[in-house]
Amino acid sequence: MNIASFAPLAVVLPILGAALTFLLIRHSRAQRAVSIALLSLTLALECLLLASAWNGGTAAVTIGGWLPPFGIVMVVDQFSSLMLVVSSAVSLAVLVYATGQGMADGDEDAPVSIFHPTYLILVAGVSNAFLSGDLFNLYVGFEILLTASYVLMTLGGTGPRIRAGVTYVVVSVVSSVLFLIAIAMVYGATGTVNMADLAIKLGDLDQGTRTLLHVMLLVAFGIKAAVFPLSFWLPDSYPTAPAPVTAVFAGLLTKVGVYAMVRTETLLFPGDTLNTPLMVVALLTMVVGILGALAQSDIKRLLSFTLVSHIGYMVFGLAMSSAVGLAAAVFYVAHHITIQTSLFMVTGLVERRGGSSSVDRLGGLAKLSPVLGLLFFIPGMNLAGIPPFSGFLGKVGLLQAGVQLGTPLAYALVIGGVVTSLLTLLAIARVWNRAFWRRPTDAEHPDPVLLATPAGRVSGPGAKVNNTVTLLPRTMVGSTAGLVVLGLALTVFAGPLFSLSDRAARDMLDRTPYIQSVLGDGASVPGTTAVGGSR
Amino acid sequence: MSVNLTLLIVMGALYACGIYLILERSLTRVLLGLMLLANATNLLILATGGYAGLAPLFAKDTPAQDYNDPLPQALILTSIVISFAVTAFMLGIIYRTWVLARQDDIQDDIEDLRVAETPSFDAEDDAEVPAETSEFPLTMLGSDGRNVSNHGASVVGAGQEMDQPVATLVAGGREMPAEHAAAEEKPGSLNVDPHHVGPSPEGGGK
Repeated sequence: MNIASFAPLAVVLPILGAALTFLLIRHSRAQRAVSIALLSLTLALECLLLASAWNGGTAAVTIGGWLPPFGIVMVVDQFSSLMLVVSSAVSLAVLVYATGQGMADGDEDAPVSIFHPTYLILVAGVSNAFLSGDLFNLYVGFEILLTASYVLMTLGGTGPRIRAGVTYVVVSVVSSVLFLIAIAMVYGATGTVNMADLAIKLGDLDQGTRTLLHVMLLVAFGIKAAVFPLSFWLPDSYPTAPAPVTAVFAGLLTKVGVYAMVRTETLLFPGDTLNTPLMVVALLTMVVGILGALAQSDIKRLLSFTLVSHIGYMVFGLAMSSAVGLAAAVFYVAHHITIQTSLFMVTGLVERRGGSSSVDRLGGLAKLSPVLGLLFFIPGMNLAGIPPFSGFLGKVGLLQAGVQLGTPLAYALVIGGVVTSLLTLLAIARVWNRAFWRRPTDAEHPDPVLLATPAGRVSGPGAKVNNTVTLLPRTMVGSTAGLVVLGLALTVFAGPLFSLSDRAARDMLDRTPYIQSVLGDGASVPGTTAVGGSR
Repeated sequence: MSVNLTLLIVMGALYACGIYLILERSLTRVLLGLMLLANATNLLILATGGYAGLAPLFAKDTPAQDYNDPLPQALILTSIVISFAVTAFMLGIIYRTWVLARQDDIQDDIEDLRVAETPSFDAEDDAEVPAETSEFPLTMLGSDGRNVSNHGASVVGAGQEMDQPVATLVAGGREMPAEHAAAEEKPGSLNVDPHHVGPSPEGGGK
């Protein structure tokens, strides 16, 4: 029996975990054990899925015995299994981090025991969205993860979180309504919501209808992915959430939107009609996002703006609609999930150690805690795209694709990408200079806690200021370090990973493996020669 | 596929009211708007199923085209459940806002406003470096022979204020400290024009 037929377990296991942890709501130790165990199990399963898809085995699983195109299918190909593995690895690290934070703060029976069930449902929603081979099931996956994210965003119900939560919920609901309208229109036009079936039937529609459906879907996903004119909500809502929540949101939620955009572009609407607007949007997302980051003094807000800005790189690769560009985009998504999450996790540690996440108040952290400095420095340089790191490799791939396309707009994107990379370096260097390098006394609004710390004090991980609160618990530092190491591993194993992304990109552009794995080998794929041959 | 005109008109009216309501600042109205949008979308999905047919219960003698299309109704059921959950959650949030702030309005983001009000002049990055490079930075002579202190505030607006004998400026009939005057000339400062309150360049959406 093929391992891919166990793919639905990637959704079922976290939901099972959510149910169990909900039952164990009064026993936080058992809750922790169950959620970490089930998430590890899910990760192991997804690694097997990735291994089975590694050399190009696209497999479809029909749910409940309903044959496609009528029943729901889940599709495991290189892109979806890679996303599954990276997202689960990241969510496992963040889960360990969050439990470390909970244990350190001694909130054994705080109301946040709702955290574990909600978190696992979020993971289930993300997995469902990645695996779904059905447009409406994709919508359900989005709703699962969004509803869980509403709860996580407003965890504790403090004033700022409620304020940010309102913006977030309203924007997300509106984008979901747009998505649902698009699904209704797609169904009205074609009579199916199965994505492989749609790939065949959408080609028969006339150009105007196709463009309408295409734009509707892209706008709905664009809001979720925080692409420039639709990104205003993100820096307003992410920074107020608890540190682990912000970390996992930054890593996963926007990437699910990007994933959906990639599927829309490659599988459903493989023509080139909207590539020019996408390129313009990618350029604006990169540049406007990073300019926003430069204006911020709060590290979390700054990182949220860099998140928006780097979504632009992924759209850049997607808009090239060449195998090189798409492969670079796939690689970049995997890289960015890891790096952005680890940066937010380090910021959570900075906030614990320094008492604030505002660079106006911080100073001298590199001396106070060299470990923290190292943990920030590595992913920071990686994000900026300094040569040996995976961020550099991904950007080089994108620039290659841009130069290969060779139109004036593509060159503008290449230049914009380089400028954005440099400005990211500037933004990260500013944080580094202010929060880590200067003396605490030089801060604009010096923090009394930082000033009071005597210079010769022991301050590695596990340092205690008083007897109750551990500033840098080992589990939190350890999980952050684990994710930073994973980011480095993406650099070390960039070769195999790039060849995997390349195969994933070719398969997506070809469309035949996807459609035939869902609808059977006899399915005719329209325009295969035109699509596969010219690229 | 034929479409029921009444349903279409109702759907349009619901969309119009919904969009109007979500543009309000009052949270309860926003919630009502979202509910109307969700219901309008449900009608849209219903419309995609074509006009009414027989209930989709299998009977041997009925030809396939006489049945109603059951899929849109399954989709609507799912979307009703989802919007139910979201509505319940929004009600919870609205209640919480009321408990915390005693008002039903969307609150402004304080940090966002703060960034928006920050002048583009940054003392650390943009000030002319007067004496910092010296090994003995307590007091020293400036280029015009006067004493220049090392403390940032008084040299913040170096430029033309250097010529002023005292650290206050008379600008527009008001007297203000030199550093405020420096800030006043920068775009993005709230002081640019007391009568003009608008989004500033760095602020983003408020």
